[in-house]
Amino acid sequence: MAKQSEIRYLTPLSVDVKKKKYCRFKKNGIKYIDYKDPEFLKKFLNEQGKILPRRITGTSLKFQRRIAQAVKRARHIAMLPYVTDLMK
Amino acid sequence: MNNYETVFILTPVLSDAQMKEAVEKFKNLLKEQGAEIVNEEDWGLRKLAYNIDKKTTGFYSFLEFNAEPSVIDKLELNFRRDERVIRFLTVKQDKFSLEYAEKRRNKGGKKQDAPAPVIKKAEKAEKVEKAEVVESEVKSNEKED
Repeated sequence: MAKQSEIRYLTPLSVDVKKKKYCRFKKNGIKYIDYKDPEFLKKFLNEQGKILPRRITGTSLKFQRRIAQAVKRARHIAMLPYVTDLMK
Repeated sequence: MNNYETVFILTPVLSDAQMKEAVEKFKNLLKEQGAEIVNEEDWGLRKLAYNIDKKTTGFYSFLEFNAEPSVIDKLELNFRRDERVIRFLTVKQDKFSLEYAEKRRNKGGKKQDAPAPVIKKAEKAEKVEKAEVVESEVKSNEKED
């Protein structure tokens, strides 16, 4: 008769506390995303230069739209590539 | 009157003097149309992220100005007609970007004096939580013994 509390594990259970994602723009009070700063925009791109989804970066919808706008502007003036490999 | 900013790229085949002359031409054009130039920046020769007209570099110029919306049409028409301009982008500044542009202008003059960004702390709460979990584990172990 093994009660719940008597169950023992060989290895201690790893307690993963999931880190809550947050919108860095809301948190830091950033109101405008500059398309002239490619180094900053690169944080929201993957290696191929694609825009990362919100579910990964945790950005709020409002700022995701602004990121997309800024990235597209930066691409137009050749500060960011449209397509690439191994950007970082 | 609206606030606008424009970035344009000139071909790298120009000499420095020619490049300045081209920028001057667009500035004069704006002034003729009754625009007021707020800020002017020359970012110099920069590498392009991809080739434009088989060129890998270009002279970047940046202008901020107040103008009537009709001026933009004329400016862009001239950009298109000028062979030296390989790319341009004009953006209307909203209240947020206006604020940002002002900060940027002030920063440009004195870069060293800019205060270091304040880092906010938000990790303390998590540590406390973890410590509690460990304690409860220890207690359950004791019971079993």
